[in-house]
Amino acid sequence: MNLVELQKKLVASARATVPSDRVPYAFEKRVTALLASRVPAHRMDAWVHGLWRAAVSCVVVALACGALAVFTPSSAAGSTDLSQDLDNTLLASVDQTDQVQ
Amino acid sequence: MERTEAELIAAVLKGDAASFEPLVQKYSPRVFATARRYARRESEVEDIAQEVWLKAFEKLGSFRGEAPFEHWLMRMTVRTCYDFLRAHQRNRENSFSDLSEPENDWLERFVASPESASENSDAAKLLIQRVLEKLSPQARLVITLLEIEDRPVKEIARLTGWSVPLVKVRAFRARAEMRKILAKMAKDKYL
Repeated sequence: MNLVELQKKLVASARATVPSDRVPYAFEKRVTALLASRVPAHRMDAWVHGLWRAAVSCVVVALACGALAVFTPSSAAGSTDLSQDLDNTLLASVDQTDQVQ
Repeated sequence: MERTEAELIAAVLKGDAASFEPLVQKYSPRVFATARRYARRESEVEDIAQEVWLKAFEKLGSFRGEAPFEHWLMRMTVRTCYDFLRAHQRNRENSFSDLSEPENDWLERFVASPESASENSDAAKLLIQRVLEKLSPQARLVITLLEIEDRPVKEIARLTGWSVPLVKVRAFRARAEMRKILAKMAKDKYL
C-alpha cells in the first residue's frame, strides 16, 4: 500500500470536510447567565481565598513561636519559678534602695 | 446605535457582564467551527465553546486591543481545543480491526487503484477521523492547522504560542506519526 499517497488522499478528504459553524439555540444567553452568576461567586472566592491564606500564615507563625519557646534553651537554667522571677523584677528597685541605705 | 467592539469590551471591563453577549453572539460560529475540528460529540463541542468564552471573560483584562479581538479569541480557542485533546486521549491505542464495511471497501479500492478511491466519500472521511483520533494531541493540532486548514507556520506559531522552529519540528514529527498510524492500519488489515 502506498502510504504517502494514502496520507495525501485522507488529508484531502479532511480538507473537503468543512465543519459546521452552527451555534446551539440561545447559547449566548446561557453564557451570559453563567457569567452573571459567576461574578459574585468570584468576589466571594477572592475573600475566602484571602482569609484561608491569612489563616494558614497565622498557624505557621503560631507553630514557629511554639517551637521557638519549647526548643530554645533557657538562659536562666536554675530559675524555673516564674512567680519568683516576677517578684524579683518588680521589687528590684526596692532591694537596691535597701542595699544603698 | 450599535456599539463598537472596543466599547463593548470597555463596558465589560467596567463590570457590565451583559455587554459580553453581543461578542459571544458574533464570534460563536467561529469558535464552534474550530471546536468541531477536534471534538466529535456535540456535548463536547459545546463544553469547549463555553470554556473558551469563560476564559475570554476572565482574561479580557489582558486584551490590549493592539490586534483584533477575533485573533485574540481564536488563540484562546485553539489553546482550549489543545487542552481538550490532552485531557481526552482515549481510543488512541485501539487497533484498526473494527473498520466498518464502507471503510474496508474504500481501502480495498485504494489498494487496487488509488485514483478510483474518492476523497469525498463518507468512508474516507470516517477513516481520516479515525486516524486523527489516534494521533497525539500535539500531532493532531499541527496536522489540523497545517495540513487540513492550510495555515502558514507563522500563524500556527501565533495561535499555539510555540516558536516557528518548534512548529516545524512538530510538523515533521506529526507527519511521521501519521504515516506510522497508516502503516499500522495497513498491517492490521492485510496481515
